[in-house]
Amino acid sequence: MTAETMQASHSAAAPETIHPAWVRVCHWINALAILVMIGSGWQVYNASPLFSFTFPRAITIGEWLGGALLWHFAAMWVLVINGLVYVTLGLATGRFRRKLFPVGPRAVITDIKAALTFKLGHDDLSHYNAVQKVLYLGIILDGVLIVVSGISIWKPVQFQELTALFGGYDAARYVHFAAMAAIVAFLVVHISLALIVPKSLRAMVTGR
Amino acid sequence: MARIRKAVPGVDAKALIKDAGKLMPDASRRAFLRGAASLGALTMLTGCDIIDEDSAEGALRYVSRFNDRVQAFLFNPNKLAPTYTEADIKRPFPFNAYYDLDEAPTVDPATYKLEISGLADNKKPWTLDELHALPEVSQITRHVCVEGWSAIGSWQGAVLSDFLKRIGADTRARYLHFKCAEGYTETIDMPTALHPQTQMTFKFDNKILPRAYGFPMKIRIPTKLGFKQPKYVVAMEVTNVDRGGYWSNQGYNWFSGL
Repeated sequence: MTAETMQASHSAAAPETIHPAWVRVCHWINALAILVMIGSGWQVYNASPLFSFTFPRAITIGEWLGGALLWHFAAMWVLVINGLVYVTLGLATGRFRRKLFPVGPRAVITDIKAALTFKLGHDDLSHYNAVQKVLYLGIILDGVLIVVSGISIWKPVQFQELTALFGGYDAARYVHFAAMAAIVAFLVVHISLALIVPKSLRAMVTGR
Repeated sequence: MARIRKAVPGVDAKALIKDAGKLMPDASRRAFLRGAASLGALTMLTGCDIIDEDSAEGALRYVSRFNDRVQAFLFNPNKLAPTYTEADIKRPFPFNAYYDLDEAPTVDPATYKLEISGLADNKKPWTLDELHALPEVSQITRHVCVEGWSAIGSWQGAVLSDFLKRIGADTRARYLHFKCAEGYTETIDMPTALHPQTQMTFKFDNKILPRAYGFPMKIRIPTKLGFKQPKYVVAMEVTNVDRGGYWSNQGYNWFSGL
């Protein structure tokens, strides 16, 4: 937090801090937690598939349902606690407000067009374009959705009001799956762009 | 319906029964550790050390115990599972076990006795006629399997907490342990045993339990996953010792509350 508030006054002198330490720590803890959640979640899914496919065992975690559930219900604490820290600091430091807002539909459309014609620059890593803003806002909201839908599947009696919000236990499973699919889709774009623009990856490791 | 069939691919069910006393049967234990190994490969990608397999398993078991305590804390003894209507009942209701239906135990109603042991004043065994004479209650609730699927069913029988009072059970004891005709075992926490919807079930859909659903008695617990609900129950023990259960001994979470 302090690194970022300092950044405004010292940016001319020292190399600019793009991501303060708490963002980087939260990011990589989240990366590990979400990979474990997805990998174990796929194995859990395979025990009773919602659709006509299953996930290849080679890309799942836990090997059998019991093992996968142990991973899933352990990594959930890491995901949720880390997520709460991240959202709390994001709101408290004003980072979310500064980085993700304002974002309007017109800017998004302009930037999507620019992105599709490969004219959308990534030169200034400290400034997000409208497409980034929408994606990062979206993934934060999707993170909330996957946790809340997960809780409603885990505790459909104790938190039955929550489960009912999703249209019942079975519907909540589909919501949980859709939220996972959205994260995977985000990761495809996110990781591809991080590899295309390696300095963005470096910034998430070193902060600069 | 209360158990999982072929949840551990390639593992012989009979060997599983023999191994049920261990933490996990060897075959699934090896399989489980392969999962830990693949996470090791994953952490390598992120630059961390490979997680030691035994300590990973130990840590996961530790977290699962922690999750037992969290779930016991979340369990509200007065919160009822949602109930449904006749029209919602799934027909035919799924059969699920680690064995095929033709291998399900056949219990002779003429010689059947429910054995009572442990911290109870009256340990007289109960015949089926005596059990059937208990006041009957009915529920239409959702059965949720650890595999993820669910089905709404209709169960009739006696309220377990009333029965526990009747036999003078010490309800301050921590657990209720069940033994089943085929060797299946299960242990549940006393607060769940005393939940008003926890039922000694003798009928499904107002007909005597068919063999598939646990004749002559299953324990219906709408606040727990299916595998925590034993079928073909032949013995009940009131105890302060956690005697584990068929599936939780192999790695499924012990509390498994809903």
